[in-house]
Amino acid sequence: MGLLLKMEHVRKSFGDLEVLKDISLSVEKGEVVSIIGPSGSGKSTLLRCATKLETQDFGEIEYGGSFGLVFQNFNLFPHYSVLKNIIDAPLKVQKREKAQVLKEARELLKKMGLEDKEDAYPYQLSGGQQQRVSIARALAMKPDILFFDEPTSALDPELTGEILKVIKDLAAEHMTMVIVTHEMNFAKNVSDRIIFMEKGVIAVEGTPKEVFGSGHERMQEFLGKFNED
Amino acid sequence: MSISVMFKMLGEGAVVSLLIFAATLVFSLPLGLFISFGRISKNPLLRFVTKFYISVLRGTPLMLQLMVIYFGPYYMFGIPNSTSYKFYAVAIGFILNYAAYFAEIYRGGIESMPQGQYEAAKILGYSKGQTFVRIILPQVIKRIIPSITNEMITLVKDTSLAFTIGGIREMFTVAKAIAASQTNMLPFLFAGIFYYIFNLIVAFLMERVEKRLNYYR
Repeated sequence: MGLLLKMEHVRKSFGDLEVLKDISLSVEKGEVVSIIGPSGSGKSTLLRCATKLETQDFGEIEYGGSFGLVFQNFNLFPHYSVLKNIIDAPLKVQKREKAQVLKEARELLKKMGLEDKEDAYPYQLSGGQQQRVSIARALAMKPDILFFDEPTSALDPELTGEILKVIKDLAAEHMTMVIVTHEMNFAKNVSDRIIFMEKGVIAVEGTPKEVFGSGHERMQEFLGKFNED
Repeated sequence: MSISVMFKMLGEGAVVSLLIFAATLVFSLPLGLFISFGRISKNPLLRFVTKFYISVLRGTPLMLQLMVIYFGPYYMFGIPNSTSYKFYAVAIGFILNYAAYFAEIYRGGIESMPQGQYEAAKILGYSKGQTFVRIILPQVIKRIIPSITNEMITLVKDTSLAFTIGGIREMFTVAKAIAASQTNMLPFLFAGIFYYIFNLIVAFLMERVEKRLNYYR
């Protein structure tokens, strides 16, 4: 079984506030899982525990491979050019061969529609372009699983589409992904499985059809709020 | 005393001032960085020690510190003062003092870095050392250059405090000696012009450094 991530009974508190209450979930190779839910429901904390940016208080997390993370705020290295942002870690961390890394980086840039931007610096790019660079940077490490932490939340509405398209293309290539998102239609279309979180627990989990048609009261309330916006 | 002799003596003084300036920068800039590590360390003892160090060296006059460093070994331990120790005492005093100021500047720069830079580096697998050297420090340097320039300009003028320890023939000491023996105020005027031009050059060079680092934001 190609299990890439397995979280068991994970709990996390910040002070008195219990943000994750007994979360168990697993992700198989090739799966696209979206995590949705109201703010404060623990989605981001779940992702931060899964990527070891936070350490859970209780529970086990097992990995079946390497992972990458795309941040909400990109977190590109401002003093590095676009190309250097992408190749630095493969060269300095993975110690891979430079010619090969360069070749792959340029292929990734082309895929992201940024082939003419390799010498630009992050501040010279739009938010959407920066996020595409950060996706390329994550992919250059060849992770087995890629996490996205609200990848379009820091973008102007007209720029979210370009990022969602990139993620859709990755899904078509069977990239394993876990995406925390507020883009409901996108989650519905791209995901194999959707997890609805509420108050630190997984309230509903299943295929998009199952979850959106579940009739779960809090879930419907949450979706209703979205439609009002 | 002819003007040319006066200039020659003042010129030698200028060289000594320059030496104090250079020695202080070369050693206090790295030392300050290490002190700042202690200041933000997770170890409470290290944090306390460096905080205390900084508070004493920033909180007492540099002139007094120079005297303690030069006369201290003799009065406290009976070690005789040698002439050759004079320059070292001055250099050590300036280095220890300026390192305290630089440490706080580094600390401010390091603490101003967004957490996301550390997180991105961690996810990409950079070690702590790599993260600091490759990702954090270059950005910190860019941020603190204006404050460093400020300290450098103060340092140029502070080199004159070496007169506290007699026999260091830096610019101000020489100018004072000539002025007293010749009852002539000109040496002070020349000294003033020297410090001013020295600082113009420092400011100019540092502005160029700042511009060179402007390739990113």
